[in-house]
Order: sequence, then C-alpha cells, then structure tokens
Amino acid sequence: MAYKLSVNGHTSTVDAPADMPLLWVLRDLLDLRGTKYGCGIGQCGACTVHVGGVAMRACLTPISAVGAKPITTLEGLSPDGTHPCQLAWQEIDVPQCGYCQAGQIMSAAALLAKTPKPTDKEIDSAMNGNLCRCGTYLRIRQAIHRAADLAGNGSTKSAAARNEE
Amino acid sequence: MRPEKKQMERRAFLRISALAGGGVMLGLQTGSQLFAQGRGGAPPAPPDPHNYIRVAADGTVTIVAKNPELGQGVKTMLPMLIAEELDVDWKRVKIEQADFDDSKYPAQSAGGSTATPTNWLPMRQVGAAGRALFVTAAAQSWSVPEGECTTASGRVMHKASDRSLGYGELAAKVAGMPAPALANVTLKDPAEYKIIGHTQTATDLHDIVTGKPIFTIDMKLPGMLFAVFEKCGVVGGKVVSANLDEIKKMPGVKQAFVVDRPEVKGPSLLADPGLVSGIAILAETWWHAQSARKALKVEWNEGPIASQSSVEYAKRAEELSKQAPQTTVRADGDVDAALKGAAKVVEAAYSYPFISHAPLEPQGATAHFHDGKMEMWTNSQQPGGGRRQVAQTLGMQEADITLHMTRGGGGFGRRLTNDYLVEAAFIAKQAGVPVKLLWSREDDMTHDYYRPGGFQYLKAGLDASGKVVAWRNHFVTYGEGERAMSSATIGPAEFPQRFVTNYSLLQSTQSLGIRTGALRAPGSNAIAFVTHSFIDEVAHAAGKDPVQFRLDLLDAGAAPQQAPAQGGRGGGMPGVNADRMKGVLQLVAEKSGWGKKTYPKGTAMGVAFHFSHRGYFAEVAEVTVDAANKVKINKIWVAADVGSQIINPGAADNIVQGGIIDGLSELMSQEITVDKGRVVETNYNRHGMVRMAQAPPAIEVHYLKTTYDPTGLGEPALPPILPAVANAIFSATGKRVRSLPLSKSGFGWA
Repeated sequence: MAYKLSVNGHTSTVDAPADMPLLWVLRDLLDLRGTKYGCGIGQCGACTVHVGGVAMRACLTPISAVGAKPITTLEGLSPDGTHPCQLAWQEIDVPQCGYCQAGQIMSAAALLAKTPKPTDKEIDSAMNGNLCRCGTYLRIRQAIHRAADLAGNGSTKSAAARNEE
Repeated sequence: MRPEKKQMERRAFLRISALAGGGVMLGLQTGSQLFAQGRGGAPPAPPDPHNYIRVAADGTVTIVAKNPELGQGVKTMLPMLIAEELDVDWKRVKIEQADFDDSKYPAQSAGGSTATPTNWLPMRQVGAAGRALFVTAAAQSWSVPEGECTTASGRVMHKASDRSLGYGELAAKVAGMPAPALANVTLKDPAEYKIIGHTQTATDLHDIVTGKPIFTIDMKLPGMLFAVFEKCGVVGGKVVSANLDEIKKMPGVKQAFVVDRPEVKGPSLLADPGLVSGIAILAETWWHAQSARKALKVEWNEGPIASQSSVEYAKRAEELSKQAPQTTVRADGDVDAALKGAAKVVEAAYSYPFISHAPLEPQGATAHFHDGKMEMWTNSQQPGGGRRQVAQTLGMQEADITLHMTRGGGGFGRRLTNDYLVEAAFIAKQAGVPVKLLWSREDDMTHDYYRPGGFQYLKAGLDASGKVVAWRNHFVTYGEGERAMSSATIGPAEFPQRFVTNYSLLQSTQSLGIRTGALRAPGSNAIAFVTHSFIDEVAHAAGKDPVQFRLDLLDAGAAPQQAPAQGGRGGGMPGVNADRMKGVLQLVAEKSGWGKKTYPKGTAMGVAFHFSHRGYFAEVAEVTVDAANKVKINKIWVAADVGSQIINPGAADNIVQGGIIDGLSELMSQEITVDKGRVVETNYNRHGMVRMAQAPPAIEVHYLKTTYDPTGLGEPALPPILPAVANAIFSATGKRVRSLPLSKSGFGWA
C-alpha cells in the first residue's frame, strides 16, 4: 500500500505493508539508517524518532498509524549537526560504541523541547526507556544539562533559529 | 633510544583453539606462538610506517587505525600513539579504518584488554619511524646533518639556517624511502607528550551524533537482499523439513532455502560450529524477511540436548558438591589438616548464572560473493579467525576473502566467535547476490556463547589471631572430565593462592549443551564476586575491618612472582603484584573515606579488589537499602593501577564507568536459564540492564600512576564492583547473598 510521509521536512511516498514498522520503512525503504534496531519490542529505545514532535519507538509504530504527522529522525534534527544535544554530546564525548545514541539524543531533544531546564529526576524519567549497553548514562545526564545551557544561551544556530520563529 | 621494559616482548594475543569437549576456548598465548601458527608460520614483518601514515601535499595527515572498533575507543587511541611520535597536530589528523590485512597489520583483534599493552610500544615506534623519515628527507634536501633538525606540528626545522619544511612538502620524497628499523628509533620523553595523556574525543563522534550510516548494520550494496536465518531453538538441532514453497510466495520474499552444515575442510573447529543447520529467507527489506519467518513451519530434529534444563544443572551441581572432587587443579600445603586445626571455619556455597552478551547491535554481516571471491563487511572482534572459518566452511582460500572492518555496536566478547559471519558468507554464496544478514534480538539472546554459570563450595580456616590458614574451593563447572568449557575455568593461581599457605582448588564438571564463551572480563566477572564476597565473610568472622583484613592478606604473599603479570580469564594471576594491589586498595580507602563515616541503619560501604587483564582495581560502593530490599547506590569510588600512562583520559573514565555499570546489571538482574534445551529469556525485558534512573549519580575514578607499562581498561574495572556492592548490602542489612542475580533473592533497584 502507498503511504505519503513527511520525514525531516521532505515528503516521500513509500509502498509498504500496513503493519511495517516505521523503523524498517526509514531504514530499508527511505535509506535513513541513523535510526537503529535493538530489540523490536520497545525495550531499548534505539529506534526513537519524533512523530508529530513526540518521541516514539519506531519499531512499534506501524506505518499505517503515522498519518500526516511529521517525522523527525536524527539525520533531520538539525540541518548541520548543531542541535544543542548534538553539540553537547560532542563536547562531553558521550558515546562509547555509539549505537544507542541516536535514540538517546532523540529522547533528550524531545525532553528539552518540553522541559528546557530539566532536573536530574526529570532526565531519569524521560530517558529511562533508552538502554545504553556501554553504560554512558552519567555522560548522557551531563550532556542533557549542557544542552539545556546551550539552548538557553541561544549560543547555537538551531537555538537561534528557534528564537526567531 | 629509551630503554623499554622487557615485559612488552611477552605481549599476549587472543586466539581461538579447538576444544575436544566442545565450546570455544579463548586462550592467551605469546606473540611468537601466534606468529608461529599464522599462514606459513613465519613471523610477519615488523609494522611499516608507510602502511599507517599518509601525508598529503597540503599537510593533512591520515593515520590508519588497524583494530576493530566496537566502542572501546581504539580507533582513537592507537592513532594517538602514532600521531604523538610523528609529531603532528592532532586536529590535522584524519583517521582511516584498516581492512583486515595480517600481511600489514599485526594483532587486528579486540579482546582481552590487549590493545594497549600490545600496541603501546610498536605504534609509538611506527610514529617515530615516520618522523625519522621526514627528518631524513629534510636533512637531505638541505644537505645538513639530521641531528641539527628538529620537528614540531608536522614540520621539520633547521634552526641554524632558519629553514623549515612541512611534512606535506616532503611527502612525495618520503613515500619512496625505506623506513628505519623500529628498534632504532628514538621515542619522546613522556614529559613532552602533547597528544598522549590529553583527552581526545572519539574519532567517529560527529558521524554518530548526526546519524551517519557507519555501523555494520548500516551497510548497503546495489542489488542487496536482506536475510534472516532461522535456527533450531535447541543448539545442534537440524532441519528435517519446512514449508519453503509457501514462504517463497510471501510478500517481498526473493529466496528461501535450507542450510545444512557442510563438511568442514582443513583443521577441525569442533569448538565453534560456525555454521549450523537452519533456514535462510532473503527479501527486499529485513521486515519482509522477518515477517515471512513468522509463517515458517519447520520440523526439527532437536538432538540430544533437548532434555537439559537449568533446574537439572543446579541439582547435579549440588550432587557433585557432596562427592569427592573429580580433579585437583591446585594443592598447596595440607588444607584438610589446617581446617581441622583451625580456630574457626567459615563455609559457604556460591553460584552464578549463565548470562548473555546482548550487545545493542545484533549480530549480522554483509557479504558479496563475486568472481570467485568473497567480500565482507563485519564488526568481528576476531576477524582473522572469522576469515579462516569462512574459508574452511566454503572451501575457499583465505586470500580470496576480503574483510572490511565496520564499526560495531558493542562487542563485550560476543563477536570473538564468528558464527554470524560464516552464516552471512554461506548464504550470500548460495544466493548469488549481495546479502545483509541481520539477527533479531531473539536470535541473539537464544544463540549466544553464554558467560558460563558455575558453583563454588568454599571453606576457609582462621587461626586464633584471625589469620587465614586454609582455603578450599570445590568448583563445580561445565565440561567433560578435566576439561572445562570456554571461560568456565578457574586458574591454578587464582587469588588467594600464594597468599594462603594451605590452599586447594578442586574441580568437578558436568556436561552442557549450550555454548559458552568469553564475556567482558571472562572468568573474573564471576570469580571476583565469589572470592571477594567470601573474603568479606571471613573478615567479618575474624572480627576485622574488611579493608585491613585484605591488606593483611596481601601482606601474607611471601612467595615470589612466578610469571609475567597478565591475569585474565579464569583467574591466572600467578604474577599478581601484591604491592600494586595494596596501592589501589589504600587509595580507594582514602578517597572514599573508608571507616571514617557513620551511617544511619540501611546505609553502608562495601569494598573489593580484583586483578584481571593486567589491571589492578579496588572499588568501594556506598549503598542504601530500604526495608523492601530496594537498593540505591549513592556513590562508587574506583582506584586503578594500569601503569604509567592513561593514554586518553576522557575515554578512560568513560569505559571504566561503563564497566562498573555493566557489572551492576550482571549483579542485580541478568540470568539466562535453559528449559528443554532452549534458552528461556529472549529479549531485554527478561534480561535486565541498568537504566538511567538506576545508574549511580557518581562514579569517581582515580588512577594510581606507577612505573609499569600501560595496560588496558576495557575489562578489569568490572569484576570488583559486584562483590563491592554485595558486601555493602551485607553491611547495610546483614543479608549475605551468595547467588546471582540478586533479584532472585528479592532485591531490586530503588
């Protein structure tokens, strides 16, 4: 069946079974391979993307449920890798293997969009669905605080762009 | 030339060797042994800087990272060693991942925390030899003595004539020059280091945070099909028949076929079957293949292990514990007499389960068979062994197999075995098109080479002064006769051997159908829990402070060191240096304020140390346990002695903290069980991992710098944290848990 999707600001039409998870539509049909498969049952969060601005597990989201809601993946989080989370993640040197980090960053970005200055508790709660097998949690926590600072200072392009909106 | 320590020559490499009783044994052996077993048996030529360093005319430096990267940071660390001695600016360095090529690059593997000790000297020599080439080229151009030339930031300078040339300007000349012998190059004084010892962020960092397709799972080739491979849930089971005609008609499916294990040519690898019987389904997307798989109807011949279960393993262990041990691994002094004469005897039974590696990126590889040759993209930790196995399985020459090493989403020892690589190669050859094989998480968790479970029955005797005079361990493990399965051994020199006069390590085995293998800090990840929980019991029985008791025990090691200090799998601590261990124990006691704090009921500290993979680690955990046995870790202190130099400090802290968190997952919640020959736990919901809210708020890491050559950090931080936390829980609650995971005894995270 044909579905019209808006992904990272571009509209694409894909032919896929109604129950095909968004994860595999993104990876295997649209060639957006930044979003990762880890468990397929919503336990690890490696596949986290934004659907209509909300962090969703793409492995459990059938393409038929997306509708017209815009989808954002890590590749589309900023035009040039300068979202505050992307900057903070690099500054703090968060990743080890890096495989879960797409999902971590997407969950963090969704948190910061709603809660610009999260407490540790709010971070723990928002990030608890994202496993990091390498155990970089301390740095993820630190990077989210740093991203909040960067966004608050308007010191990044994407933050500046947001302020203009 | 600055003298280097002798121990570098005894560097060890990992290898896979066949084990008659099944299972893969990963053994440490010396470099010369490894070279001897290579193709042709001749040692490879020493590393040539031309294979590692390229300088463009504009001065851009490209350095080749030779080892597989799976998150251990080696793609940054090894090039740092080269760049430092090459004397270039790190910000002008580009890093390129090598293919597997053992004619150019020695020891291209990831395991055993060996990258640092193996490469510390030769990679710096490679950089220094590169620098020497540029100096020679410049001196020749200027007709001045080389000794008058200096270098800095990728330039050669001649002060007397105020001339300088960039490496880029000399690159064409250098390209044709033979490199000097590595042994003759001069290395920097560490006080001059500008790159080593300074935090450099990860090589692929920008690609990771922007979602570039750099992982093994991200590989894509024109005309490629996506494959799943259905195997029997019971290891060793074989396909009898399947509804392939039906499967082939399903949406998106292009091919479906039965894979029978072909006869392996060449030396037998009984230990690692590589390819097992199953059904390959190839489709236009992975989802189509995986969906078709759900409609599979397969008749399996499950084979002989279909009757095995964890319940039976535990029952059998209990029986064996009551019988005379089958093997004496080690016997010093007279343990029975010493126990008889002891003022106090402490006795306890410990056990720990199988656990799964479960790296977040599931197993998979991409393979393309064309023109009689095989080209593969893999995150194997042991690509050399993988290539050999592919060659043997497919009846090909190793020279006709190219392995590209792509980034891996974690390894933890899982990718030391190459079963998925052989599957991808076999399927792609049969399919005749490029194939990306990807396992589901369920495939991964039910077809692992598990960390072996085990049972230890311990007895210690104390004299009237509280000194340990006897230590007896009856270790019930898995194997056949005297031979234990992979990572299911305790070495004859495991601590506290040498520190207790009357010491015996006795062993009995029972057979096992599932496969076992090396999981991060193999052997040690279970041994440390048992040894240091029991030492804690003995310390309390002796009425002594747990830190002081351990210091006294380390003081008792009168016998000299017997062998190089390698440590590692299944113990093997003949070279443990008591002074280095005391150093980290004293440091962690000092940093944590051990014995200086008073806590309310339910809060306490616990301590443990362990030596593995050449690293000395002592750790203290402060925990609070509530009435419902909910555990909160308030803080962890780590003291480590891994030698004279922390090469990349930021990455070092990260991996130490990660190892600690990994250990906490093993302690609290991880267990693989077997029922009717099948693994019961199939995904992360049944094999828990520490999550963000459970991660300790702080893990403080301190390095005790010593004069020894630097060693690795991937593994040795993990083992002590399990007993440190378990001992803290005991102090906080009076509850001594002797069986892992703690969740089985009613504990959970707060």
